[in-house]
Amino acid sequence: MTGILGLASSEFRIALRNRWVAIIIATMVLFSLVLSAVGSAPTGALGSDRLSVTVASLTGLAVYLVPLVTLLMSFDAVAGEVERGTLPLLLTYPVSRAGVLLGKFLAHLSILTLAIVTGYGVAAVGAFAVDDGAMTGLPAFVRLCWSSVLLGAAFLGIGYAVSAYARRPGAAAGLAIGVWLVLIVLFDLGLLVAVVADDGGDFTTSVFPWLLVVNPADAFRLFNLAASDATSAASGIAGAANTIPSGRALVSIALWPVAGFALALAAFRKVTP
Amino acid sequence: MYKLTLSNVTKTFSDLTALDAVDLTVEPGQRVALLGHNGAGKSTLMKIILGLISADSGMVDVLGFEPGSGSARARVAYLPENAAFHPALTGLEQLRLFLRLRGEPVDQAGPLLERVGLGDAAGRRIGTYSKGMRQRVGLAQALIGHPKLLVLDEPTSGLDPVSRRDFYATLDRLAGEGAGILLSSHALTEVEARTDKIVILSKGKVVADDTLSGLRRASALPTHIQIAARPGAADEVAQRLKAGRHNGVMVDLVCTPETKLSRLGEVAALGALIDDFDVIPPSLDDIYNYFSRRDGQ
Repeated sequence: MTGILGLASSEFRIALRNRWVAIIIATMVLFSLVLSAVGSAPTGALGSDRLSVTVASLTGLAVYLVPLVTLLMSFDAVAGEVERGTLPLLLTYPVSRAGVLLGKFLAHLSILTLAIVTGYGVAAVGAFAVDDGAMTGLPAFVRLCWSSVLLGAAFLGIGYAVSAYARRPGAAAGLAIGVWLVLIVLFDLGLLVAVVADDGGDFTTSVFPWLLVVNPADAFRLFNLAASDATSAASGIAGAANTIPSGRALVSIALWPVAGFALALAAFRKVTP
Repeated sequence: MYKLTLSNVTKTFSDLTALDAVDLTVEPGQRVALLGHNGAGKSTLMKIILGLISADSGMVDVLGFEPGSGSARARVAYLPENAAFHPALTGLEQLRLFLRLRGEPVDQAGPLLERVGLGDAAGRRIGTYSKGMRQRVGLAQALIGHPKLLVLDEPTSGLDPVSRRDFYATLDRLAGEGAGILLSSHALTEVEARTDKIVILSKGKVVADDTLSGLRRASALPTHIQIAARPGAADEVAQRLKAGRHNGVMVDLVCTPETKLSRLGEVAALGALIDDFDVIPPSLDDIYNYFSRRDGQ
């Protein structure tokens, strides 16, 4: 365990030196500020408290941004070690491959948590400043925070798997962007097209709700919007939130970090140093 | 118990036989040099011992454990060829990480770096280090704890002559404490008197496994006698000794170990025709070339 914590603190230090920590925190803060400023306009019409509206806006932001920054942090994890030639020596030390991944995971997850708490925190402070009734939205806000960390954990695992599979940082970066596009953008578009083409048939009623929770990003959005007062502010695929039990989405976002890590470990075990 | 034993180890990569029925032992306290050209199979052999890759067939016993198992890894230290580290970490931070991975106290990092002559550069990022300095970080990490077996892939490449001497002194001390040492090199001249046994690999086969003097005997390579003739007498000296080559002043005699003494007698008999002479035994490079080229070339 000392070894894994040692790996984690080294990894954190490297991210600090490479300005990753600063970049990711700054990105989260900036986007949260912009979104909460933009999202403040329709408050009166919805009758919700300010924090709940902020949560709805941040959910929309997190679905795009959290997977993106976690993939950016993780794509180099294995491929970078291979490229630098540091992997063979590391693997002769008494630490397992799972331990190596776990060390990196702990470091990256704490950076992400730091960024989420800071970014969302700034937006929440803004909501409290202008609305005395913002306390009502606090449970939704807390839920958004921990589910964002889970979403990040899921994509860290996916990023490590991509990194180990690609073996070269350049290829891994390309693949990571591809994964992001497919899971975050194209998946929803594809589902929309399928639902429209199906026109209320079997696909829409039986397959579609399952497909929606299989994708960790969609599950995350459903879970947060279904549980929030501000569902009516959502549009598109997110509008389906009312029809799918949020427990199912919760199971998906809780299982994905484990599945992602298992995927990463399986890919990493195939890497010959 | 603390012995490294490989028997009949074979490894093939698609159509290339990297190792062909290799036998090797490293006893506790023994310093073994593994020599061979690029592509002879040295690194492959080391990676199999470390458990980084597995052999196709044969038996590998690392101090009584499976190669790559937790118990084996805890007792074996490795120095890779061209040791590489993350450029953003300082030498001190990198060593602290390695110490933590081995469960050793991190305050040893400073003294370890001092020992390899990196005390002044300990707080600088490894990205600013020269190749030789990185090699020394690699050496420092190999000295962590009390390894029972050290596997060193071309440890002296990139080291200046003084550091190289210090390096071998460190190895002597470790071997004195009972650690087995397997180190690879391109050239016999680099390992000469500092190892107990020399193993030569050629195209994946062990072509020699002996002490240096044993190799010298087994090669039976010719000795050269170089004779400096008096001015104008070179032709006559060459003729009377039936020597093949001369350049006008020097005459080169080639003789087997058995005929060396009688040839020297003939040289001495020439008396006034001769200015001086030197007896040149086969060099380490000659011996190495003899074994590494005997097969296949």
